Amino acid sequence: MSDVAGSHDDRPHARDGVLTRRSFFKGAGVVAAGGLVGEAVHAAAHSMSLEPVRLSGEVEIELSINGALQKLKVEPRTTLLNALRNHCNPPLTGAKLVCDRGSCGACTVHLDGQPVYSCMTLAVACVGRAVTTIEGLGAPGQLNEVQQAFCEHDASMCGFCTPGFVMSISACLERKPDATLDEIKHACAGNLCRCGTYPHVFDAALSAGRALRAKGGKR
Amino acid sequence: MRAFDWIQPKTLDQVLELLPGPRDTKQRDRVKLLAGGQDLLGELKEYLVQPEQVVDLKSLPGLAALEFAADGGITISALVTLAALESSAELRTRSPMIAEAAGSVASVQIRNQGTVGGNLCQRPRCWYYRREQALCIKKGGAECFAYGGLNKYNAILGGGPSYIVHPSDLAPALVAAGASAVIRGKKGERRIELERFFTLPSEGSVLRENVLAPDELLLRVEVPPQTGWRSTYLKFRERSSYDFALSAVALALKLDGGTVREARIVLGGVAPIPWRADKAEAALVGKKIDDASCKQAAELALVGAEALQYNGYKIPLTQALITKALRKLS
Repeated sequence: MSDVAGSHDDRPHARDGVLTRRSFFKGAGVVAAGGLVGEAVHAAAHSMSLEPVRLSGEVEIELSINGALQKLKVEPRTTLLNALRNHCNPPLTGAKLVCDRGSCGACTVHLDGQPVYSCMTLAVACVGRAVTTIEGLGAPGQLNEVQQAFCEHDASMCGFCTPGFVMSISACLERKPDATLDEIKHACAGNLCRCGTYPHVFDAALSAGRALRAKGGKR
Repeated sequence: MRAFDWIQPKTLDQVLELLPGPRDTKQRDRVKLLAGGQDLLGELKEYLVQPEQVVDLKSLPGLAALEFAADGGITISALVTLAALESSAELRTRSPMIAEAAGSVASVQIRNQGTVGGNLCQRPRCWYYRREQALCIKKGGAECFAYGGLNKYNAILGGGPSYIVHPSDLAPALVAAGASAVIRGKKGERRIELERFFTLPSEGSVLRENVLAPDELLLRVEVPPQTGWRSTYLKFRERSSYDFALSAVALALKLDGGTVREARIVLGGVAPIPWRADKAEAALVGKKIDDASCKQAAELALVGAEALQYNGYKIPLTQALITKALRKLS
């Protein structure tokens, strides 16, 4: 079995022709899945049985993503990030592949409400848990308070790290809408921004906290 | 990463059945245990281990308990997350040093998934070890490339033939608290002092950092009552947002008035194991914390330290951290 479907299958490669990055990835995903011979084990494998669950080759799992159950074909080695970006329909590309080693935070999603690095999480280990991505926090026209504040405070430059920061800050403010600047810095210490827009990010986070508190007061 | 079978056992016995025999060191990497995965996934991605089976421990019952006994003791099961330790108000009261160490590990995202067992059993961060193409002594090669190479982050104490540093923050704090490790293997349970859990490259196998046999796993850590002890964990990082320790000090003191009755000083980031500074501990007993006793303790703690080409800064840095920790607790 080649590595095509592994952690490398979402790496961009230089190619001739007019493939976009996105369509190339989708194509690569389909080819990889089609070329694999594996037993299809269904989500029933994660039942209440007292026997060990054993998954091998290409398997079908069911994940709760942004509140909806979705069936995905993955391998045991498929990371949650890879599953979201390349195995979901439609692809959820808000979480970004950058370092792929749990060092930069661009792939941050929530697992049962807690921020985690989706690049350092196996998709098969997320069965039965609630996965929330940036797409699940808000939508154009219905942004959550943190997303709205990022727009108002011009808190992104290239924007690649932004979804990760929004996920980390949203989780922090969810628990503590009156988080201090130090607490916000601690909450997103695992997110890196190579453009250096940290001051705007922190302004946005403090502003989002105020907005959440105002909303809470009106309830 | 290479393809593997993913197995999620429901009982500890099922885990033990999957592990190789106690002396079957050649089969050791055929099966890898997955807890939070924050270290293992990096190793898989770099092809440092290529297991046939990855055994997910997360659904085992009873391994995620953090318990506080009435006598002051603390039981920390292997699957307790670092986030759970960091956020436990009771732990922060009973042993500030352990809570501070847990909170200093990596980032929120890693602490949410990373476990105590995984943190104590994590593999070295030396960049030669982590590079797939470098067949260093930790991976069965002939030499430690850090020794004559780029060794800014390597050991100043206890090095040779490998000069890795143990990357755990929790380990120095738990050793300073006098914790024990409870280990389970095919033949049953055993308990050892956590200090004896870690092995120098010159003592145990140079390929390993602890005493676990191929059929064993760490079940829990038991911390004796910390009544009467003051403690703190100070960590110095190159990058303040989050990083491994360049040097760290876990310090616990039992004070009577201003006089030290007992002291524990365990250093992180400077040796292949959490490094107990026993000469410095002994010298502090019966003394007040002042300029003279701080200076003496800092000097004694680094006796025997040997700088490699690029890590000499660790000696004064560690001495300064020890002094700062002593001042903080006095």
